[in-house]
Amino acid sequence: MAEIRLENVAHSYDGGETFALKETSMVWEDGKAYALLGPSGCGKTTLLNIISGLIIPSHGKIFVDGVDITEKPTEERNIAQVFQFPVLYDTMTVRKNLEFPLKNRKVPAEEIQKKVAEIADMLDLTEMLDKRPGKLRSDLQQIVSLGRGLVRDSVAAILFDEPLTVIDQNSKWTLRSRLKKLHLQTEATIVYVTHDQTEALTFADHVLVMKDGELIQAGTSEELYLSPAHEFVGYFIGSPGMNFIPVSSTGSSITHKGETIGTASSELGAGDYNLGVRPEFVFPSDAGFEMEIMRVENRGVYQLLHMEFDGNPLIAKVGESDVYKSGEIKKFSFNPERSFLFQDKRVVSTFEPKTRVSN
Amino acid sequence: MIEGKKKSNRAWFLVLPVVAAVAFTAIIPLMTVANYSVQDIFSPDNRLFVGLEFFRSVMTDDRILDAFQRNLLFSLQVLSIEIPLGILIARMMPRSGWKASAALVVLAIPLIIPWNVIGTTWKIFARGDIGLGGYVANLFFDYNYTNDPTDAWATVLLMDVWHWTPLVALLVYSGLRSIPQAYYQAASIDGASGWSIFRFVELPKLKRVLMIALLLRFMDSFMIYTEPFVVTGGGPGESTTMLSILLSTIAIGQFDLGTAGAFSLIYFLIIQVLSFIFFTVLTLDTRQGATKKISRRKK
Repeated sequence: MAEIRLENVAHSYDGGETFALKETSMVWEDGKAYALLGPSGCGKTTLLNIISGLIIPSHGKIFVDGVDITEKPTEERNIAQVFQFPVLYDTMTVRKNLEFPLKNRKVPAEEIQKKVAEIADMLDLTEMLDKRPGKLRSDLQQIVSLGRGLVRDSVAAILFDEPLTVIDQNSKWTLRSRLKKLHLQTEATIVYVTHDQTEALTFADHVLVMKDGELIQAGTSEELYLSPAHEFVGYFIGSPGMNFIPVSSTGSSITHKGETIGTASSELGAGDYNLGVRPEFVFPSDAGFEMEIMRVENRGVYQLLHMEFDGNPLIAKVGESDVYKSGEIKKFSFNPERSFLFQDKRVVSTFEPKTRVSN
Repeated sequence: MIEGKKKSNRAWFLVLPVVAAVAFTAIIPLMTVANYSVQDIFSPDNRLFVGLEFFRSVMTDDRILDAFQRNLLFSLQVLSIEIPLGILIARMMPRSGWKASAALVVLAIPLIIPWNVIGTTWKIFARGDIGLGGYVANLFFDYNYTNDPTDAWATVLLMDVWHWTPLVALLVYSGLRSIPQAYYQAASIDGASGWSIFRFVELPKLKRVLMIALLLRFMDSFMIYTEPFVVTGGGPGESTTMLSILLSTIAIGQFDLGTAGAFSLIYFLIIQVLSFIFFTVLTLDTRQGATKKISRRKK
């Protein structure tokens, strides 16, 4: 149970030519659940392996409760890690698997027995202790490999590296809620790596979005959803992702293809920007802009309208009751608090759409 | 329904080419041997059916029984050297990059040299007067494979080790490469020692390739022919006369086809049976029976 602090940590696999993880500083508070979210190859696993000690970072330091552990070997860190697939010793029974890390650390036999019984009880594995793990369901195997990390005293953090990857679709949900329950029981700091936004947003208190070895935004799921700080967050989180419209600023107003469409809430220099707005925040409004509906996609409780706004594709998410037809031209506007202007992919301002008084 | 079933029997015609090929390459020759083994043939038109007489004489022939024991000892020695050595080499090999490719090429060299070249090379290499190996050995002890039985035995054994350990190493290497990195990472988080990693991570995952290596090396060494044939000719005395050397002497040297036929069939059966036993023992705990045993013990 500990706080983990990273100070300017960076890692390169090829001696400094390219960085799999760019310089990052962050604090993971004691007992909270964090999700590292990002596409494949964004450096999530590298970051995880740096914490567990499987990789010594090329730069920076890691502290657990204020103690520098950067150079400490893996087995001396109190870190539990669960991998993409269940990693078990197939020739040992579940009990032997759970005993293994303690035996390696020369823990007295009675204590091992006590500890294993305790963990087995917590994980509901007591009945399977004498079975070979290969005979269990894949989600239970994953629980056993988690148990191997938990039997050690004072586990500082539990790291999950996409633990649901090979789990049967049916068991995924159960396993995830069990992991969440375990988090509450053990009060350990949890870092959960995934590329699945639903997994990340439902599991963790805080989500850290990564891309190309960089930490792009950290926040609660609401923050990431409602006010993305980076175009990638808008695009990656939410389904479908954010709409982007290339616009220009003249200094006083925002124009799209020469036509003024609104203003920025903060001072912007003249130049090119991207206007980003989620499909949820594009709504029909008589004071809005004319858009051509190309296609209507019925998703049951809502509809997706694939539209064109002055030659620019745009998706709107609207309620199930309204009737739209493809080929129609209707007026839509953007929610001013949820429309953002991005420059160099970073958010710089919110956007205030112009209301057309003339119509 | 019955008609439909009859139609599906036509699939057997598709198997026919294979059956024919196997018949010509294996079944018919074997039957010829079986034919020889039950007759005493004096000349093509003068033969006598003797039943199992030759089988009885083979089973009681001291030369054959000695060769059998010798061959069994040889196979055991081959296995107990080549399997551990192969694992050791495979574990020491580089995992990636040009070094891995170079190691693989070097390792494969003994496997791609024609057998009679190997025999001749070793014959010269092991000579005390002009061979490097024989010369160096003589610096330390008295070595002469042509008249010392122990030296001859050691030479043949060394040849086999040199020739076939690379095969074991390559098999094990491929097995090791297929173990996902996460197993090693988990083991290091668990604080496992190098030995534990080998014992509990690598060995269980290598089981299948090791089984193949063990079977191949057993069958092959039990049928060893070329090495003693080229280098020692089975001598000095009968010290390196393995079963196959003796068999060819009986069949071709003495033209004793009845004995040779019976001998061949028994030889064939021994290899079949031993291989079957090996296979059964090694796959025991992946079968149903093994789990039954555990659950029964619990009750």
